[in-house]
Amino acid sequence: MRAVGKDKIRVDAYGKVTGEAKYTADLEPKNILHGKVYHSTIGNGLVKSIDTSEAEKVPGVVKILTCFDVPDIQFPTAGHPWSVEKAHQDICDRKLLNQRVRIYGDDIACVIAENEVACDQALRLLKVEYEEYPVMTTVEEALAEGAQALHPDLRKDNVIVHSHMTMGEKDYTFEEGLKKAREEYGEENIFTLERVYDTPKISHCHIELPVSFAYVDVNDKITIVCSTQIPHIVRLYTAMALGVPAGRVRIIKPYIGGGFGNKQDVLYEPLNAYMSMQVGGRPVRLEISREETIYGTRTRHQITGHTKAVVTKDGQILSRRMEAFANNGGYASHGHAICANCGNVFKELYIDKIGTEVDCWTVYTNAPTAGAMRGYGIPQSVWITECLTDDLARKIGMDPLEIRLKNCIPAGFKDPHNGITFHSYGLKDSIIKGAELANWKEKRAEYDKPQSGDKRRGIGMAIFCYKTGVHPIALETAAARMVLNQDGSCQLFMGATEIGQGADTVFTQMAAEASGIRYEEIYIGSTQDTDTSPFDTGAYASRQTYVSGMACKKVAEEFKDRILDYAEYMLNNAVQDFSKTVYVEEVTAAAKKIRELLSLSEETEISKDSLELVDSQIVEKKSGNPLLPLAILADTAFYSLDKSVHIAAECTNHCKSNTFSSGVCYAEVEVDMPLGLVEILRIVEVHDSGKIINHDTARGQVHGGMAQSLGFGLSEDLLVDPKTGKVLNANLLDFKIPTAMDVPDLEVDFVELEDPTGPYGNKSLGEPPVIAAAPAVRNAILQATGVAMNVAPMTSQRLTDAFREAGLIKTISVD
Amino acid sequence: MFDLQGFHEAKDVADAVQALTANPNAEIISGGTDVLIRVREGKDAGKVLVSIKNIEEIKGVKLLDNGDLFIGAGTCFTHLTNDPLVQKHIPMLGEAVDTVGGPQIRNMGTIGGNICNGATSADSAAGMQVLNAIVCLTGPNGERRVPISEFYTGPGKTVREQNEVCTGFLIKKEDYEGFSGKYIKYGKRKAMEIATLGCAVMVKLDKEKKHIEEVRLGYGVAAPTPIRCPKAEESLKGAACTDTERMENYVNIALTEVRPRSSWRASKEFRLQVISELAKRALKEAIVLQGGQINA
Amino acid sequence: MLKIIHFKVNGRDVELAVDERESLLDALRVRLDLTSVKKGCEVGECGACTVLVNGEAVDSCIYLAMWADGKSVLTVEGLKGPNGELNPVQTAFIEEAAVQCGFCTPGLILTAVEIVGTGKDYTREELRKLISGHLCRCTGYENILNAVERVVKENLQKAN
Repeated sequence: MRAVGKDKIRVDAYGKVTGEAKYTADLEPKNILHGKVYHSTIGNGLVKSIDTSEAEKVPGVVKILTCFDVPDIQFPTAGHPWSVEKAHQDICDRKLLNQRVRIYGDDIACVIAENEVACDQALRLLKVEYEEYPVMTTVEEALAEGAQALHPDLRKDNVIVHSHMTMGEKDYTFEEGLKKAREEYGEENIFTLERVYDTPKISHCHIELPVSFAYVDVNDKITIVCSTQIPHIVRLYTAMALGVPAGRVRIIKPYIGGGFGNKQDVLYEPLNAYMSMQVGGRPVRLEISREETIYGTRTRHQITGHTKAVVTKDGQILSRRMEAFANNGGYASHGHAICANCGNVFKELYIDKIGTEVDCWTVYTNAPTAGAMRGYGIPQSVWITECLTDDLARKIGMDPLEIRLKNCIPAGFKDPHNGITFHSYGLKDSIIKGAELANWKEKRAEYDKPQSGDKRRGIGMAIFCYKTGVHPIALETAAARMVLNQDGSCQLFMGATEIGQGADTVFTQMAAEASGIRYEEIYIGSTQDTDTSPFDTGAYASRQTYVSGMACKKVAEEFKDRILDYAEYMLNNAVQDFSKTVYVEEVTAAAKKIRELLSLSEETEISKDSLELVDSQIVEKKSGNPLLPLAILADTAFYSLDKSVHIAAECTNHCKSNTFSSGVCYAEVEVDMPLGLVEILRIVEVHDSGKIINHDTARGQVHGGMAQSLGFGLSEDLLVDPKTGKVLNANLLDFKIPTAMDVPDLEVDFVELEDPTGPYGNKSLGEPPVIAAAPAVRNAILQATGVAMNVAPMTSQRLTDAFREAGLIKTISVD
Repeated sequence: MFDLQGFHEAKDVADAVQALTANPNAEIISGGTDVLIRVREGKDAGKVLVSIKNIEEIKGVKLLDNGDLFIGAGTCFTHLTNDPLVQKHIPMLGEAVDTVGGPQIRNMGTIGGNICNGATSADSAAGMQVLNAIVCLTGPNGERRVPISEFYTGPGKTVREQNEVCTGFLIKKEDYEGFSGKYIKYGKRKAMEIATLGCAVMVKLDKEKKHIEEVRLGYGVAAPTPIRCPKAEESLKGAACTDTERMENYVNIALTEVRPRSSWRASKEFRLQVISELAKRALKEAIVLQGGQINA
Repeated sequence: MLKIIHFKVNGRDVELAVDERESLLDALRVRLDLTSVKKGCEVGECGACTVLVNGEAVDSCIYLAMWADGKSVLTVEGLKGPNGELNPVQTAFIEEAAVQCGFCTPGLILTAVEIVGTGKDYTREELRKLISGHLCRCTGYENILNAVERVVKENLQKAN
């Protein structure tokens, strides 16, 4: 391997440290109009009227649009590949502006003005009359008898989707399993546990806001430059929302400042396009503020898991049950897919000897809309699963590592429902490697000794598994193109998107590897433009290095093949056709050299089968002897008067495979009991993600994921006022993502096994790092204090409340 | 772009006072880290801002002839923390303002703004309380001096009139000499944080460093305004540094002097928990700083 | 109303008409096309808009353009050497893989330039505090700290 597995410098690093890399807002034309959205000040109801008369008078206001003006078209927003099967199409449940208000801060009107101040002033002058309905921010309220259905045209009640799945016998139920366990093992040899675990709503907090600008081009193309992970999907859904053909819409995606799934949703791009269309196609910018982003775009689902489990005294898990309830907020977005994903990993991370029963409910409420966020339901799933696993281990007095090794998902596991298979299996190796790195045995024994006092320590762990891409649940397709330049360098165009994760770099490595062109001579286009870029569904599901990587490898191989075709032509026509060119000597010498190397006579045709492209040189395949620089070939291919070929290749890869990644996190903590503060002393994560294409970028992915998981576990909690549905902490001061002072040093390692399905033995890595740190910390706190925290985040207040309840700190009473 | 009616960069304090007096819709802006945020939220939209950012005469820390310290209101947090006089005489205050927001905010925000906002959560508030700071205000009728204990009138409210400029804070020699102090900020993160609770303790020990001669206990966010706990302070007079029982008693008395409330940010129970714990920890650290020995 | 301010931007004297209501962030981005200065929150909570004013890091989103009058402002565009060579901080960010989405990067680099400029040595914990005014959602700060730590050390070695 010359490029893959080498820790190449990121292709975009230079542009990003110099400020030369352009993001959406950096590309706005001068004198652009400003757009701003008016958000409802109620959480559930109907807009009866909007009086715009005072707002219209504000100098600089160009146009005000309300929910009464927009097309009567409902469209979906989830960044899923569209389906040609009706049953698998995403739910069309919102309009550009909604008259029916379903969340506090719903989009009900917008202002277009010459400047931002005019927008703000006009927004303050809009007068809205509402009909108000009772607000239901929780799943309990939304599922209660007689609760108002928020989307009666689509669902008779607030259940978006309910999925039921079982492992073991068909129609398996936990109750039967429990009965069977009692019969087979005897009541005295089994333990049962019933627990409820809860997870927080979380805001993605990509540092770049969701920003876009739109204009109608001279050819009537509705053009949107936007910060999105999924340009081709945005194109399709924008066309649907506007009621125009997809070809009339063009999406341009420049560098983007993080997305983490929030930008795997169609956000305000369709509205932005509509705004431009309503002002004669003039460019309009729509920058969603931080506050709007937090309350009004998407969030991670809050999922409550009601669990039950049966385990034998010696640690054999016999059966588990989970009923998961996902609070999806006012609109469907991705919701139905995420809770089911949560159920899948619960059912398969451990193999219950008798069986597993899972029910997943995804529910409309008046809380902020939940959608895709890095990990797609699995951080919630693993929180629930791994809290339960440690609670089981504690109940029977077993080492948490032992119970995991004994019961965890095994090599070759195949999901009975979707067929996804654990091909390369590094879970147990990861667990063992991590345990050594973290000194599990010694630390566990040390902290098992009785502790008292204000500071207590513990070590905990959590494991996970994660699929790679979405096949066969949905379509997996990707396309790529390579185009040769006169100097032998080339462009690589991917439909897949760079969103900060390093995709462009690993694609360049793969293309270099497969084509034989030097890494430094491959220019990857980081901007996706749906008019010119190959098709790809985008950055999500940890799919790109795997799925789009296959397309990348395939196109690079085909590209090389075309180059070698031309090399064959050049070598076989060295004297005749090239005699007048400046390269006659090089080409003739190359032909002579390969004939010598292969002992070919003058008359024998040189076959491309004996040629190879290595390091941007045409070489003789067996010996590797260089024959001709690619630069000479390229210049000739362009300008030969005998045979001009513009060498390029484009491929689609329809991926029909999938595989599991896995890994483990170990966390060692010190708990300040009276203040409920958790200090992470050490945190170690080991990932089984197949062969690593670039260790530097891979480690970077893991670092960022671990920090996000620590936020999930300790500080991030989007709070919704139950009375109004209003988000209470919609800013970066009150929504607590970790700062540099809150994150400890992050230790990362890999178990690198070649996965037979990956383009270079690789499998998912983008999302797995965001999963395991939170439950590992939770389980460390459990060892340190004996207190099982069931709700994330484990804030100081929650911890001190729990410590007080456990009698570990004294109760303060005043009055 | 901020929704402002106008902007005036004041040349000096008199100019600022005049500009504020001339327009009742005018508001002082110093560091900008709070005012501009309120303007953006719409709360203070449409105001005329009178900037005192470039008035050099109200920046920096001075040691007056009588030994009192004068802290210019326009001194930004970073400069306060790095000021040699602050480091020598009142390091607690320098450390306290070093917990505000993050480095950039500390390069911008000023001590004057921190106090004049009237926020109970201001990181300098508890420290100013225990230092018995005197607020110097200049208005159209000249200067007046207000003890910090009389400065706050309610949450976000102070006795400062709209056309008065806070020029600085006087710390009397007897209010810092012989004292050591400790401020502990309790927040949900270690940076970029508004205090869930702030606690400042100053102590003066006897010559042998065995007994407490005087202790001062101040809090931010323990009540609608920054407060002192005089009864708790009184209870420790003459106590041995090792007297755990009296320290427990002092904490219990302090708990009767605070009035925390429940909000979505923190419950009353939790705030009480932090109030009691910080009173203890800050006291112990302050004693140790002065060379006293405590029972750990 | 437009007002003329005079200031130094990346070492060059600039005379600029600004609206007295606008932030330094807007003036730099919109009027001077210095788009390395990023907007992430508009209220001084994320640090993406950090620039150095007279050598000190400030959040340009809550710093009025009028205040820059007579001062010296540095953005990442002004960091390259006379022959286009990168500042050592930029090089360290590249080589330590401290860059992911890149949106917090320019601001962090400027804070790092300020840190390195003090010529002092710092522990990793001190560096954490010094960069804590920048939120980064991609990196967990690990490689950013590695980069800053490296330049601080290199700088000290050079000085000795």
